[in-house]
Amino acid sequence: MKTPGAPRKKSRSDEWILRLYVAGQSARSQAALKNLEAICEEHLAGRYRIEVIDLLKQPQLARGDQIVAVPTLVRHLPPPMKKIIGDLSNADRVLVGLDLRQRRRRAGALS
Amino acid sequence: MPRPRRKTARTSKSPRPTSLAKVATGIDGFDELTGGGLPQGRPTLVCGGPGCGKTLFALQFLVHGATRGESGVFVTFEETEEDLLKNAASLGYDVPALIARKRLALEYIRVERSEIEETGEYDLEALFIRLDHALRTVRARRIVLDTIESLFAGLSNDGILRAELRRLFAWLKDRGITAVITGERGINTLTRQGLEEYVSDCVIFLDHRVTDQISTRRLRVVKYRGSSHGTNEYPFLIDRRGIAVLPVTSLQLMHRTTSARVPTGLDWLDDMFGGQGYFRGSSVLFSGGAGTAKTTLAAYFLDAACRRGERAICFQFEESPPQYARNMRSVGLKLDHWVRKGLLRIHAARPTLYGLEFHLATMHREVDEAAPSVVVVDPLSSFIGASFDEVNSMVMRLIDYLKGKNITALFTHLIPGSGGSQEVEVGVSSLIDTWILLRNSPPGEHGGRHLSILKSRGMSHSSDRRAFELTDKGPVPLSPGRTLQAIRGVRA
Repeated sequence: MKTPGAPRKKSRSDEWILRLYVAGQSARSQAALKNLEAICEEHLAGRYRIEVIDLLKQPQLARGDQIVAVPTLVRHLPPPMKKIIGDLSNADRVLVGLDLRQRRRRAGALS
Repeated sequence: MPRPRRKTARTSKSPRPTSLAKVATGIDGFDELTGGGLPQGRPTLVCGGPGCGKTLFALQFLVHGATRGESGVFVTFEETEEDLLKNAASLGYDVPALIARKRLALEYIRVERSEIEETGEYDLEALFIRLDHALRTVRARRIVLDTIESLFAGLSNDGILRAELRRLFAWLKDRGITAVITGERGINTLTRQGLEEYVSDCVIFLDHRVTDQISTRRLRVVKYRGSSHGTNEYPFLIDRRGIAVLPVTSLQLMHRTTSARVPTGLDWLDDMFGGQGYFRGSSVLFSGGAGTAKTTLAAYFLDAACRRGERAICFQFEESPPQYARNMRSVGLKLDHWVRKGLLRIHAARPTLYGLEFHLATMHREVDEAAPSVVVVDPLSSFIGASFDEVNSMVMRLIDYLKGKNITALFTHLIPGSGGSQEVEVGVSSLIDTWILLRNSPPGEHGGRHLSILKSRGMSHSSDRRAFELTDKGPVPLSPGRTLQAIRGVRA
């Protein structure tokens, strides 16, 4: 299932693809999704896509991304692959984990 | 957090049996040792240092089940699927075929700390989901987690991990899955992360040590709840067929005895035993000094068995098989012919290369495979150097084992010195049914060698001292009218 976080555009080279693995609609997974959307809106507005994968429905998908913990956020694009596990409640750590801190600074310096 | 899966998992289980049910591991000796194998439907911890055979133990347990209708899942946290398949193939396990038949599933779980950031609360439900999915795919009754402690290296929150592992083991138990969990030995604990705390039903410790440059592997059942078990350390070996734990058989004096006879390979020697030779299934010892034709007489015994179309094994501890065959050709035997025909196996090994237990286990394996009717161990004395008690116990177990299979065993034994003394290891000889002493003639006396029967249980035998000489047609007796000079055609 997909939750478009931004209006559909044709695939851009700088588009972020984020997958959030959860197990059922637990409070923790919902919190993780909410936290993630907030962070993306603030830092990646218009150039991100979030895919939520419920492992209870699609258990076979846990294998591909080597998921053991839930919630797990996987940054698929841009490479390299990054994983952040937990409810994403600490925005700073999420930003570091996604390499967003550095990117933002560089983007700021360029403009 | 809802976990609907767990509800369904509980339904189809049968009630707990009153006596502890066990499942066979297929590991030679281990199932006998534990009275049936591992506790059914419960987790067992198999731990030890690196290279101690944990993974192999686990793999054998799983493959044994898979080939006998109990499917299994191998979860590997360290080796990739490819590596595991390669290792399994080296033991002759056709794991891909078992996977294709849905008897076995492999699940490689990799947790790389460098690519993981942790923030906030989480649990290992995804691990449970993966295991559950794998278990369902093959309807597994067995699972291996090798080595789950790797998770501690990949994830930093020990508290969560420990709670989740506890839940995992309870979950497996709940579903009645027989599990083998491997763990690496810690500094002061059985496993690095103290997994023994969580797995309390059965704990097996494997050890690999090297003493006096001889490597020995040992297995100990540390704990086995609800079951009696030996607390000794049991030697085991790893060879191309996997693990074998000793004792493979128990020591009992319960052999079938027959009065059937087996020829010695030499007519004149048969004559000394009333014309018929040894008892089948008995043990025979040839002892004598250097150069008293022990090996040759033993080889004639092998040759005679092969001539009758029976299989024979020679455990050679002094010569390589080609050298042995060549030397025996010089006394009129074509042993390589029997080797080519598949009747004779020559198993050569340096006695000091491995521990006694390893030799014993190897002999067991060879005998199991070849199912011979006669076995020669040449010479037994190579082992004496190791402690006498150990040798004695090894020989006793070997004799016991061979007797149990009604195999006639012939041992040679070198008496140190010129053969003048009779300092044969009395302990060994008491296990022997027929004891033949070989001696070189004293210098100055005519005739090469002498043979006499010191004892032969349960049969009448000659008490003469018989002179014989080795010729290129074999050992030939020297009768009073037929002296050495007459045979050689020379004058003294």
